[in-house]
Amino acid sequence: MEKHELMEKVKVKCQDSIVRVEEMPNDDVLIEIRKEEILFVMDILKNDPELKFSISNHLGVDNEDNYAVIYNLYSYPFKHKITVKACLDHEHPEIDSVESIFKGMNWFERETYDLLGITFIGHSNLKRLLLPPDWEGHPLRKDYIHPDFYDQIDNRRPDLCD
Amino acid sequence: MAELVSQEMFLNMGPHHPSTHGVLRLIVQTDGEIMRRAIPDIGYLHRGIEKIAERVPYQGFMPYTDRIDYVSAFSGNLGYALTVERLAGIEVPEKAEYLRVIAAELARLGSHFIGVGAVLLDLGAVTPFVHALRERETYNDLMEMLCGARLTHNYARIGGVSHDVPEGFKEKTLRFIDHLEHEFIDEFNNLISFNSILVKRFANVGVVSAEMAIEYTLVGPNLRGSGVPFDLRRDDPYSIYDRFDFEIPVGKGKFGTVGDCYDRYWVRIQEIRESCRIIRQALQQMPEKGAIRTKIPKVFKPPKGEMYVRTECPRGEMGFYLISDGGKNPYRLKIRTGSFSAMSILEELSQGVMVADLVAIIGSFDIVAPEIDR
Repeated sequence: MEKHELMEKVKVKCQDSIVRVEEMPNDDVLIEIRKEEILFVMDILKNDPELKFSISNHLGVDNEDNYAVIYNLYSYPFKHKITVKACLDHEHPEIDSVESIFKGMNWFERETYDLLGITFIGHSNLKRLLLPPDWEGHPLRKDYIHPDFYDQIDNRRPDLCD
Repeated sequence: MAELVSQEMFLNMGPHHPSTHGVLRLIVQTDGEIMRRAIPDIGYLHRGIEKIAERVPYQGFMPYTDRIDYVSAFSGNLGYALTVERLAGIEVPEKAEYLRVIAAELARLGSHFIGVGAVLLDLGAVTPFVHALRERETYNDLMEMLCGARLTHNYARIGGVSHDVPEGFKEKTLRFIDHLEHEFIDEFNNLISFNSILVKRFANVGVVSAEMAIEYTLVGPNLRGSGVPFDLRRDDPYSIYDRFDFEIPVGKGKFGTVGDCYDRYWVRIQEIRESCRIIRQALQQMPEKGAIRTKIPKVFKPPKGEMYVRTECPRGEMGFYLISDGGKNPYRLKIRTGSFSAMSILEELSQGVMVADLVAIIGSFDIVAPEIDR
């Protein structure tokens, strides 16, 4: 199946949930969806006999005026790639967790929560994954300020140019 | 006589346990020798590589990619270089492509030596690790000849590689491969792989079905060990892998069930042979003369855009999701690694197994801790 055929098929199956569909470099297809519809779209992508996607990667991005979550999917039987993107508002970044559909997303979503502070509704164990539990802030946010101290350890560096 | 009290115990395995392959902590809930579950606690080696990427120029990030998976440093180099090149539309000279394939497959050899050696060390067999490490020493020497570094190579550049083939490299590599194919692998198999103690420790332990492997996003040898014949070098070819003839070993349940620890181990042993085949073909086909690097401007700014590129590393798919805003630093770089997914399956896989088998399961996934945390 060609890239365009896949794009048409996804458009027909997901209908109103899709904001835009476009080609991406590296034989990829980008679909941007409305964030309320993420579970509906993921369910179709996984269970439709003509698509049969599995998930391979997930990340979050701070775009300064909004946040985005991105999921990279790959279909083992049909060898298609698809990238699903949803934009979240900057004040309260929240989206439904896809853990109920793809179990392996548990840790990926925890990492995004840890580093970007995006809340995944319905996640079974939404705790910090990489950073210590008492860490303040989310380092991959663009407005993150590196703390001078953590646990009474001085993180400041002397300015060697002075 | 007083009645014996039995209760469940919480034990700490790590963060400095010798068989956790780096700094990794497991909270083990046991009922006697049977484990209720093991909860991995990661992050001890989190260095914020993704944040660093946003602060340094594209070329300057290359040495950091060595540190994602230091056991096969070149694999990280290659994945990152490919991502930036594809985004910026840079062509790589023919000879550099061959050098990259040779270095990447050497890295796979070097990594699998550690992979199969260390798992046996965890199980208490010290000798095999020494055998495997002896071969890794040759790999280190070869990489040192090629680029001057033994562990963190920093060999790839955006647009090519840093050094041309030195004199004597080709002959030494061929001798190394001959030695592996005709002596080492058979010797290692006779001594260790078919050893009945090893088979008893590995067969039918930690069985991951193909569905479960895909569900938990397992990749690379761990996925193939579960019987899924998927390899990015064949199914989504990058660089010049489509020019070589090689097999993709999958787990077939050699001594037990498909997807057990032995299958994952056996896939790695077979991959050593396949990598040797690829290196031999690459050395034969490689042009004698030619450029090794495309010139890129000093202030390098790829166009605005985003893309996801995956490469087949020794620990499976390493994916780089790069978002560029047209500036000289990446806007966002996400690194997806094989060990991360392998670690996330552990909690489910460890339910109801013996404590001693946990070590075998962790080892068979060939986890490198800095790759989990990045």
